[in-house]
Amino acid sequence: MGPFIEVLIAGLMAGVLYSLVALGFVLIFKASGVFNFAQGAMVLFAALSFVRLMEFLQNTFAPILLSLAITIVIMIVLALLVERLVLRPLVNQPPISLFMATLGIAYFLDGLGQSIWGSDIYTLDVGIPKEPLLLFESVFEDGILVSSEDLVAALVAGVLVAGLAVFFQRTRIGRALRAVADDHQAAQSVGIPLNYIWVIVWTVAGLVALVAGIIWGSKLGVQFSLSLIALKALPVLILGGFESVLGAIIGGLIIGAGEKLSETYLGPLIGGGIEYWFAYVLALAFLLFRPQGLFGEVHIDRV
Amino acid sequence: MFYREAGQFKSSYAADQAAFPIAQDRIFIGIWLLIGFVAIPLLSNEYLFRAIFIPFLILALAALGLNLLVGYCGQVSLGTGAFMAVGAYAAYNFWIRIPGLNPLIAFVLAGGVATLVGIVFGIPSLRIKGFYLAVATLAAQFFMDWMFARVGWFTNYTPSGSIAVPPISVFGFEFDSPVRRYMLCLTILVLFAIVAKNIVRGRIGRGWMATRDMDVAAEIIGIRPMYAKLSAFAVSSFFIGVAGALWGFVHLGSWEPLAFDINRSFSILFMVIIGGLGSILGAFLGAAFITVLPLFLNQLPIWLGIEISTAMISHIEFMIFGALIVFFLAVEPLGLARLWQIAKEKLRLWPFPY
Repeated sequence: MGPFIEVLIAGLMAGVLYSLVALGFVLIFKASGVFNFAQGAMVLFAALSFVRLMEFLQNTFAPILLSLAITIVIMIVLALLVERLVLRPLVNQPPISLFMATLGIAYFLDGLGQSIWGSDIYTLDVGIPKEPLLLFESVFEDGILVSSEDLVAALVAGVLVAGLAVFFQRTRIGRALRAVADDHQAAQSVGIPLNYIWVIVWTVAGLVALVAGIIWGSKLGVQFSLSLIALKALPVLILGGFESVLGAIIGGLIIGAGEKLSETYLGPLIGGGIEYWFAYVLALAFLLFRPQGLFGEVHIDRV
Repeated sequence: MFYREAGQFKSSYAADQAAFPIAQDRIFIGIWLLIGFVAIPLLSNEYLFRAIFIPFLILALAALGLNLLVGYCGQVSLGTGAFMAVGAYAAYNFWIRIPGLNPLIAFVLAGGVATLVGIVFGIPSLRIKGFYLAVATLAAQFFMDWMFARVGWFTNYTPSGSIAVPPISVFGFEFDSPVRRYMLCLTILVLFAIVAKNIVRGRIGRGWMATRDMDVAAEIIGIRPMYAKLSAFAVSSFFIGVAGALWGFVHLGSWEPLAFDINRSFSILFMVIIGGLGSILGAFLGAAFITVLPLFLNQLPIWLGIEISTAMISHIEFMIFGALIVFFLAVEPLGLARLWQIAKEKLRLWPFPY
């Protein structure tokens, strides 16, 4: 039983990390109906900016805080530019065109980040403890080994989701965001400026990307492959539903646990390396029963 | 004045139902066929064939196939690379396991295998719509990537996992020089384009378009959605599978699973979108644009005489590529084919304003 729970917990923790990336997708999809493929590139870009700024500022009094602040400013500028240069000219275009445009943004950000900040692998150390913890030694034979890094990540994700929930429920901007998510035209007709809301949403998504980038970066090192974790977040999205923050979290947990369990128990039977596609097949199986994801909105078509 | 339809009377049903009822269109296509079959083989050199024309023709075939699915039937697929891989590996397996098999027949069989796989991965489209479906088709992409890399049978247990094939020969005729391979690809592409043109203006194509525009409404007027969607997946996969087989056998000669990864899927989707959704011409324009653009960007610093490291060039290439895609979408969201349509409307009146 011990090893099973250990794998399960490791999977759930990995799932939390996937949800961090998926969250950014959900925010943008909810507010602007754009399927933002550039989220992974934003994670990479934010993490690269952060780690390189830390290097440049290491002799100042607070390198982490300073580079955090500057990176946040960079993400805000990025959101402004995306709104002005991409979303505004493409308003009212079919969703597939917007999706393609975000692919363009992804290419652009990958290129920009690496040509400004360099394309090596950078280690990122923001003081997250790395020693594994041994829990429940009294209950199971060997105890359960949990990576403390993952625990911190889970904690951060929890705080982030709670913060976003408060932001959406309690603040004026949050209410405006929800109104836009519900119905663009109705929101506009009661005087909510769409362009402004889009900037806010992309900024928030940028900040989520920064958090994800820092956590993933300190786990794996900041490198190009961070950009590809977007592909890991996609099955989480379709499983949880594009419109649901809760769905992103639950979906992440299911995918993470399913992936690790299958790799451990099913992998040796059919050749290993199956976590590469297992998440997609798992999500697909769920979709056949609920085509809009677990928590997605049901669309009723009328002729 | 140049593109005048007035005075072109149709006096038979056959003339009325012709694929290209306007004389100017027929002349235009004739000119392009002449350029393709006569002018280019006479005028261009080996490098141009290898770097531009052969990849262009094969990718145009794949883009044509994807356009049938995405542009005409409205089912977004991100698994094009996987279906190309199915075509390439299936052709390889038919070719080595059946001695003396005509490669062209192997290509057709490979297309058939891709069709079956396409139908299997198209089944979710009956329940899942929009971006959910797009992400679901990624399952095909990742599963195929994994399968061809891990299951040795498909690569005939080559230790490196990569496959090499000699130049193909049909009835003793060797397709060894670039010109010959170019002619082979061009002939296949023209045949498939004719088939595509006629499918989309017939009953099947109209069913696809009705499904794309609104599937519930299409169902009510008597189009079977299952039949329409799965037939779109089947035809599109056949095109893409043949394109994959050509890409492996004719263009690459030796390849590994990485040749058909997700970037291939995206680049072909780019071709379809930039060229124009729901347009046969668009597939060609998009393929030309996406094939030529990276080469152009690659050469640009050399022409300008700027010295940059290769890593930097590739990063900047990425940036320009991304920016251009956004730019094109912003300027003409309906694709390059729409520009040609606008040009035709202008030519109809020129030199008069209206």
